[in-house]
Amino acid sequence: MMIQAVAFYVFAGIIIASAIMVVSAKNPVHSVLFLILAFFNGAGLFVLVGAEFLAMIMVIVYVGAVAVLFMFVVMMLDINFVELRQGFLQYLPIGLLVGLILLVELILILSTQFKEPQILAVSSLPIPPIEDVENTKALGNVLYTKYIYLFQSGGLILLTAMIGAIVLTLRSRPGVKKQIITKQVLRKREDSVEIKKVTPGTGV
Amino acid sequence: MEIGITHYLSVAAILFTIGVFGIFLNKKNVIIILMSIELILLAVNINLIGFSAHLGDLLGQVFAMFVLTVAAAEAAIGLAILVVYFRNRGNIDVENVNIMKG
Repeated sequence: MMIQAVAFYVFAGIIIASAIMVVSAKNPVHSVLFLILAFFNGAGLFVLVGAEFLAMIMVIVYVGAVAVLFMFVVMMLDINFVELRQGFLQYLPIGLLVGLILLVELILILSTQFKEPQILAVSSLPIPPIEDVENTKALGNVLYTKYIYLFQSGGLILLTAMIGAIVLTLRSRPGVKKQIITKQVLRKREDSVEIKKVTPGTGV
Repeated sequence: MEIGITHYLSVAAILFTIGVFGIFLNKKNVIIILMSIELILLAVNINLIGFSAHLGDLLGQVFAMFVLTVAAAEAAIGLAILVVYFRNRGNIDVENVNIMKG
């Protein structure tokens, strides 16, 4: 129990510190790296409560895909980041004000005593004991049966995102030589071959 | 020292607040704004997982997975729009994106 508490405070401390660094770092590359650190520690928190599959998915999806995507864009675009930080201090008071109000509100909610009614009794999907079914298998058991339509629409969302991203960023650049297969296939003999009658002795 | 649901909710609340704060702080830099949105979604996921463990209900984890899916799609589309915007304008200053007054 003691180890669990220590692990929780380490993960929670690092996650909050790196989140602060994400929003306040001067260099966006550092922001992305701190975002990766925050996600790793978030995965640690998930493992702590027994959601191992989501923790691994978190690492794979966020660190492996999303953070790399961010890194790609930050490094690919030639942006003057110093210029973008011009109004940084100008927005600090209003940002702090909004953040403070939000935090106070959330803490007020949390400090009220949770009166648990019969909420445990209405649990729709009780987690099976870990000795019988491990987390990944338990998730799969409900995801592919009870929530199959939601799962499929999740796939459709990803497909839409993929098509959207490709359509948005694809451009046809002029002056680039590349193979156009339809043009090659539609080429006829008459377009490219011409037969000239050459009378002997006159030349072409 | 028992770690309960309140601890997880507190971490999520602080993370959420930092995310909102980041949006206000980096009003010009849309990349940091997208990262702040990712932080907010992480906070939401921590809430869902915390309640899932507290109530012994697997549904929270299923829902967190869909949040993860939508977050990944959102990041991809957002960054694609950002790249197109940069190609057209040469900068990513989002303070004058309303130049078309659409």
